[in-house]
Amino acid sequence: MASIFQAVGAAAALSSSNSFDSKKFYLSSRKSVSERKGSIFVVRSDGRMSSGRVDKLVTNAVATKADSAAASTASKPGHELLLFEALREGLEEEMDRDPRVCVMGEDVGHYGGSYKVTKGLAPKYGDLRVLDTPIAENSFTGMAIGAAMTGLRPIVEGMNMGFLLLAFNQISNNCGMLHYTSGGQFTIPVVIRGPGGVGRQLGAEHSQRLESYFQSIPGIQMVACSTPYNAKGLMKAAIRSENPVILFEHVLLYNLKERIPDEEYICNLEEAEMVRPGEHITILTYSRMRYHVMQAAKTLVNKGYDPEVIDIRSLKPFDLHTIGNSVKKTHRVLIVEECMRTGGIGASLTAAITENFHDYLDAPIVCLSSQDVPTPYAGTLEEFTIVQPAQIVTAVEQLCQQ
Amino acid sequence: MFQSLDFPGGRVAFTSEMSFIAESSEKRVKCYRVLDDNGHPMSSRFEQISKEVAVKMYSSMVTLQIMDTIFYEAQRQGRLSIYMTSNGEEAINIASAAALSPDDVVLPQYREPGVLLWRGFTLQEFTNQCFGNKADYGKGRQMPIHYGSNRLNYFTVSSPIATQLPQAVGAAYSLKMDRRDACVVTYFGDGGSSEGDFHASLNFAAVMEAPVVFICRNNWWAISTPTSEQFRSDGIVVRGQAYGVRSIRVDGNDALAVYGAIHAAREMAIREHRPILVEALTYRVGHHSTSDDSTRYRPADEIQHWKISRNPLARFRKWIKRNGWLNDEDESELRGNVRKQLLHAIQLAERTEKPPLEDLFTDVYDHLPSNLQEQERLLRETIEKHPQDYPADVPV
Repeated sequence: MASIFQAVGAAAALSSSNSFDSKKFYLSSRKSVSERKGSIFVVRSDGRMSSGRVDKLVTNAVATKADSAAASTASKPGHELLLFEALREGLEEEMDRDPRVCVMGEDVGHYGGSYKVTKGLAPKYGDLRVLDTPIAENSFTGMAIGAAMTGLRPIVEGMNMGFLLLAFNQISNNCGMLHYTSGGQFTIPVVIRGPGGVGRQLGAEHSQRLESYFQSIPGIQMVACSTPYNAKGLMKAAIRSENPVILFEHVLLYNLKERIPDEEYICNLEEAEMVRPGEHITILTYSRMRYHVMQAAKTLVNKGYDPEVIDIRSLKPFDLHTIGNSVKKTHRVLIVEECMRTGGIGASLTAAITENFHDYLDAPIVCLSSQDVPTPYAGTLEEFTIVQPAQIVTAVEQLCQQ
Repeated sequence: MFQSLDFPGGRVAFTSEMSFIAESSEKRVKCYRVLDDNGHPMSSRFEQISKEVAVKMYSSMVTLQIMDTIFYEAQRQGRLSIYMTSNGEEAINIASAAALSPDDVVLPQYREPGVLLWRGFTLQEFTNQCFGNKADYGKGRQMPIHYGSNRLNYFTVSSPIATQLPQAVGAAYSLKMDRRDACVVTYFGDGGSSEGDFHASLNFAAVMEAPVVFICRNNWWAISTPTSEQFRSDGIVVRGQAYGVRSIRVDGNDALAVYGAIHAAREMAIREHRPILVEALTYRVGHHSTSDDSTRYRPADEIQHWKISRNPLARFRKWIKRNGWLNDEDESELRGNVRKQLLHAIQLAERTEKPPLEDLFTDVYDHLPSNLQEQERLLRETIEKHPQDYPADVPV
């Protein structure tokens, strides 16, 4: 089996964040943004938002729990990077920390990955730890599973999440199941990641939302990142998890820029993120739709509404604790997702909330999803298949009138 | 004028003669064999084995044969839900296992329990898994014959065909990173060679220079599909070259040939960091499983021919007896003992408690998440309210 080697430095750095709670160790709470002078906090996402309206549009606000860490982190300036760089930073830190961590996928080596997430890693760690594979998704996923069962911690990159449909057999029948069917004798600590979601005219086959198809597989965990901060944190947490984790990235979010802490941190795989506390309605979303929701939130605030926005982040299992607390407070729920209407994350979330918090709802849950159509190539048609901020505003208004 | 092209992979010479490579050679690839049908070595040049190893091999083959017979009967009596025999493939099972080291990682398909047997899995352990009781290492979660043992480096059997092949490449990749003096050995059948995973695994293994020995049990039948309907190539051995993998065809019913070929393959795989493909020709004497009746799709005399005239145990026995290493009394005693042990193991396994209810939910993840805790609670409540609707022998 693979040898275990722990760098002392890394272990020491981690001990300070052992009790790390994603909601505590935060730089950019709403308070500290207005306090900080001179540091610019810009969230750029292909022109949908512009800089300047920063004070309202905080994408990674601290949760409602004790606001203790804001002051202590204000002393460290952090560093700015793009989301794909944040993913790479997380990956690199884990590869430094644990020699068992390796990457495999198409063009991840010298090419650096189609979205540059693995850029520079092959020269640093060698061809064996950053492995270019032939084009056979089911097979290199199977390979990762075999390597994991023999002691490595592989990260499989799907060039596009949609290609992982070819790996469904290995993911479902083996990745999710072998720990169970072997009676716990073999663990499969793999991370399967890649870009998914609807991009800019990538065509139907490259615009898949795989979280819908994978959510039923027992034995796996699913998380979706949406900011550079949580991208790095979730990547690190996923690598350290003993369970197989699927990390969903979004094609259009790779160039988001954010300032993240210099110190090491990880995010909790099973926690949702409070983006904007509010009183009138709970809006649940994840990945790219978070930004459409926050765009709509601006409009809603101007109209006098106070929406609570939660980025659910953990797609399997749902963080029903955070979600439940919100529902108990606001009594109205709107789900905004990119999945198609049938069998998407929204459908499961609706069922879960209805089952558990039925008594707290003043109105039926509304779920805004994409239509049950393959994503068209034509740009205008593609835009119609995605939930837009205006729809979100309308839905909130309707829900709040009930 | 002589011309050639510099192309990745080496110089390619041009020719002005248009000719197609034939779909198959005139002569089929030869099959390596040591013992003839009467157990006589055909040449003196073969990998010698000691008396201890030979007797252990033969005893294991006998044990495997008896285990198959008894478990098959147990299924017929309704004591097991399903069983799959390895009738006719005892030599492949045992001789290949004997040629490996305990550090070699084995990824089986499902017709290779002999490898586990050789490595020390006890009859009781086999029985416990088949009966899915508390002592089963799989905690009662898998079908019978889906054995697994991380202690013995034998990956748990997973039903889908050929999924273990790319996993084998991954395991070899892991061994290579650790620079271990060990290889990976993976088994599959003629049917499994049609799966996409077979193709990609050979390709990956070659590109990655991974130390994997791919062993194909070409036993002629994939449930009811004969090899003539499975592929049109000369078996599986010829495919090796298509992927840049060294390969050999061996008589799967000749224990000494299998032993020698696997031993050599293993050395090459480890020393030279390369995959090797071994095609062992054999015959699936038994039905595919207890849910199959193969007399419906193949002639009874064909089965009989391979069962009797080409029996791997018979041939090996002749060679061992001629060496004076085994006599009839020893064999009867062995058979009697094994039979007794198995019947005892079955009785014990049937009396052993089933795994507790909580094992329905554990090991899905490393820790029990809240949704599964909730589901377990609901199930327990339901069982408490309606105990008569639930099995009484599952501890709650």
